[in-house]
Amino acid sequence: MSEVLLSVSGLTAGYGAIEVLRGIELEVAAEEIVAVLGSNGAGKSTLNRTISGVLRATNGSIRFAGAAIERENPAAIVARGLIHVPEGRCVFPNLTTNENLDLGGYRRGRAGRDRNRERVFEIFPRLAERRSQRAGTLSGGEQQMLVIGRGLMAEPKLLILDEPSLGLSPLLVEELFALMGRINREGIALLLVEQNVVQCLEVARRAYILEQGVFVLNGKSADIRDNPDLKRAYLGL
Amino acid sequence: MLSLTILVPAILNGLLTGAVYGLVALGLTLIYGVLHIINFAHGALLTAAMFAAFFAHRLLGLDPYLAAVVLTPMFFVLGYCLQRFVIGPAAHGEDRNVLLVTLGLAVVIENMLLYAFGADTRTINLDYAFRIVDLGIAFLALPRVVGFGVVLAVTLLLWLVLSLTDTGKAIRAVAKEKLGAQLSGIDVAHIYAVTFALGTACLAIAACLLIPTYYVNPHIGNAFVLVAFTIVVLGGMGSVTGALVAGLFVGVVESLCGLYLGESLGQIGIFVMFILVLLFRPSGLFGERA
Repeated sequence: MSEVLLSVSGLTAGYGAIEVLRGIELEVAAEEIVAVLGSNGAGKSTLNRTISGVLRATNGSIRFAGAAIERENPAAIVARGLIHVPEGRCVFPNLTTNENLDLGGYRRGRAGRDRNRERVFEIFPRLAERRSQRAGTLSGGEQQMLVIGRGLMAEPKLLILDEPSLGLSPLLVEELFALMGRINREGIALLLVEQNVVQCLEVARRAYILEQGVFVLNGKSADIRDNPDLKRAYLGL
Repeated sequence: MLSLTILVPAILNGLLTGAVYGLVALGLTLIYGVLHIINFAHGALLTAAMFAAFFAHRLLGLDPYLAAVVLTPMFFVLGYCLQRFVIGPAAHGEDRNVLLVTLGLAVVIENMLLYAFGADTRTINLDYAFRIVDLGIAFLALPRVVGFGVVLAVTLLLWLVLSLTDTGKAIRAVAKEKLGAQLSGIDVAHIYAVTFALGTACLAIAACLLIPTYYVNPHIGNAFVLVAFTIVVLGGMGSVTGALVAGLFVGVVESLCGLYLGESLGQIGIFVMFILVLLFRPSGLFGERA
């Protein structure tokens, strides 16, 4: 296994007095695809928000590319190459597709921006067609592509994708998961945080199962897929 | 009916007044659009800027138009520091706290000015203050024509900054999607402060445009900001173009009401219009529907 890129240990986080995550241990290696699976309210979004610095951890450590980041603000974490693509397609609706992408590379300055944009357009040709259109007028699928593209503009080492398949048609979901493989082959590690268990386990090498703020299971995707408890709980088989 | 020789100058004069109203409103609407707060300190900051322009002339002999070159960056920095180190931290992330903090700031600034300079009304004398531009159909005061030109230039510049620069794009992004902006690596506290700074800088320019033909006392800013609030609502909360167009419109309404109802009742038209807008088009002329 190659070097560890993200390492979370003993992480506790929540909102005010409400503790959502307890004792989270998580590792993602460089260029790996890892899935975090869990149902609604299991704490998936809280985990993402804590890693990306939007939410302060109450306890535990988060290390990324050799540095402790649990006390850093989101902008500094982005500059390190850890990009969290939030759920719910947080595009800038009043800005054009191009402007949205420009802001993805905000911390990188203008150098290399055109090249990065061309790379994003190669992966998502639909965005190239919509480059001058306001993001608020794009379809749901296009907006999802745009937020991922915006994340790629920051030249990430690790991309956290929060529920990317939520609300998309089955065809688009299929397309999206294929594109994730492609993004990963460019050397970007992916942390997929999803409810969509079946497809996630196909693309991810390893997976963690989150239940009520605790990882109840983790291992190779293939093993988890064959785990009878999981089948019953998540796949309804 | 009044003849055109009276009506046209009244409308033109209204446009000139309205431009400066628009500039004051521009700062207010920018801050509202991005920070989603109503800056109650806006009037007090305008007053402070007018005092600064007044004393720049009285003590240093600086022409107000020259003073604008110095005061605009100074007020930009002042605005940045106020938001970054006073309003932001004191608000603890609650919008209603911001409201109270800016209100408190207004009280402090106004009373400091009152304490330092007394309640006297002051004016400055400039040899060009009474110079007239003859348009054939109307005579217009030169400083007000200059003011009109400057406001148009400032609005255009601001629009270019918001459209073309990374910081401008970040400002527009933060206005609509704060979380997405944070996760794109945009420092939201910095962008808030820059926006507040731009709004405050607009006030310094407005103050320097007003002082050649206007007077200053510790409460003068409120008269303008009351009108500016109307303009912000009329133009659509947060809309930069809306602020300018509504500013010009309000200037004309005030001028025409002054003409028909008497000078002292000029502002009645503005507030009647304000009520009508709230009743029939609460999102304003250029506002997006909530």
